[in-house]
Amino acid sequence: MNPQNPEHAHQTIESVARESYGRLIAFLSARTRDVAGAEDALGEALITALTSWPRDGIPQNPEAWLLTAARRRLIDRARHERVHAESAPTLEIIAEERPDGTTPDPIPDERLKLLFVCAHPAIDPDVHTPLMLQTVLGLDGAAIARAFLVSPTAMGQRLVRAKMKIRHAGIAFEVPELHELPQRLEAVLNAIYAAYGSGWEDAAGTDPRARGLADEAIWLARVLKDLLPDDPEVRGLLALMLHCEARRFARRGKDGEFIPLSDQDPELWITPMIAEAERELVAAARMARAGRFQIEAAIQSVHAERAHSGHTDWNAIAVFYEQLVHLSPALGARVGRAAAVAEVKGPESAFGLLDELDHDAVSTYQPYWAVRAHLLRELHRDREAADAFDRAIGLAEDDAVRRFLLERRGR
Amino acid sequence: MKYAMLIYESPQAFESRVNGDNDPYVGAWRAYYKAVVDAGVYFGGDPLRLPETATTVRQKDGQRHIQDGPYANTKEQLAGFMILELPSLDAALNWAARCPATAVGAVEVRPLAPEEKQRITGEPTEP
Repeated sequence: MNPQNPEHAHQTIESVARESYGRLIAFLSARTRDVAGAEDALGEALITALTSWPRDGIPQNPEAWLLTAARRRLIDRARHERVHAESAPTLEIIAEERPDGTTPDPIPDERLKLLFVCAHPAIDPDVHTPLMLQTVLGLDGAAIARAFLVSPTAMGQRLVRAKMKIRHAGIAFEVPELHELPQRLEAVLNAIYAAYGSGWEDAAGTDPRARGLADEAIWLARVLKDLLPDDPEVRGLLALMLHCEARRFARRGKDGEFIPLSDQDPELWITPMIAEAERELVAAARMARAGRFQIEAAIQSVHAERAHSGHTDWNAIAVFYEQLVHLSPALGARVGRAAAVAEVKGPESAFGLLDELDHDAVSTYQPYWAVRAHLLRELHRDREAADAFDRAIGLAEDDAVRRFLLERRGR
Repeated sequence: MKYAMLIYESPQAFESRVNGDNDPYVGAWRAYYKAVVDAGVYFGGDPLRLPETATTVRQKDGQRHIQDGPYANTKEQLAGFMILELPSLDAALNWAARCPATAVGAVEVRPLAPEEKQRITGEPTEP
């Protein structure tokens, strides 16, 4: 260890923190089930690193250094709290350090277990995504609260409550057994996708925080892919997010106006991201187990094809939507199918599909009204179209989308 | 860890008690009890008499308030409890899912709090 310039030490701490945070939290909490305790201990270890690394030099294995430091904190605290019966196991398990003070090399990667704990059915589903962002990526509670449009206090309480439940209810840090793996994995994938969605609301990419969350979601999906390389839905989700992310710069005009997918300039799409998405999708298809995320990614893949062919194969898209509705008949999929059918068979046949949908469910579902308005306009039912546009505009959350719809309605 | 399985039953399930030994619900419970004991996870427990037999006691301003009936006036009522010794919540949820009451009511799974017991009894408890 040689003293280094402080700037370099700080950068190293930052990059180690990012790369190792989730790994270390997972390793520690898999042994104690105490996520909050692991976070505190690692947080203190990082603070110590901030003073000692610039002074003494960056350790050869920064991750092992942090683990040792965090573990000592946990042991100190467990000794202090020994009066409580429940800290005894913590003490024993944590003390499995080697006699020379080093840590096992390499540190076992327990992040998959941590992901399954975060999206455990015993945890409030609304907290799955925030919990993952905090424990696996180390995002701070205030940033998560902003992304989820709740107050930092409320988000903080939810996260604390979830961590208490993990510890006191004794949720197992384990990869679920094969028969329950698909269902449990679905919760993990949904939580990652929700993180991406909350970043994606800001389609213009003007908000650096929201932009960051989309990146974090893709990062999580890559981690999950490394941990579960043989699951096609993990790759499907990664492909889906990469396809959407590739269009980030095409989604808005130079004045911030909303540009629908069919009007986007493919020149602005990020080619390497599309290529990566396609590779993941091909790898997933080889496993021959279709799933929701693979089909959604396949739909995006057909759209991406326009960059080469110059046109959109709506027939293929309609077929994929049919499969998607068959597999998971969510409202979004059924509205998407209607839009695709309109392109293939005309607005009249699509109308029947829209009318099948549950009246109450669609009453506040913005995409339904946007598609309905579009179809009515094509059918020259202008008064009804204007009403549907109004509904779509009234339900829009994004100002650019609102302005786009207002303009379409205006004619 | 020890988990309490709090068994809640619908009025229909309670009615099965008057049907005698051949009631399928009672048969399912017999099999479940055997499975729990054979797995070596059973620590204790008992069924409770009908909710109508319950009496709820409160003290207010030095006055004893006695109320006929169970604490919570809900459709599904506490019907019994079991204590199981298991390694994790996940294992407890698996055992809860097998419990016949989940088909006609619900099972609430709650970890016991040994540190609270220690505080009350002053005696060391096993973790």
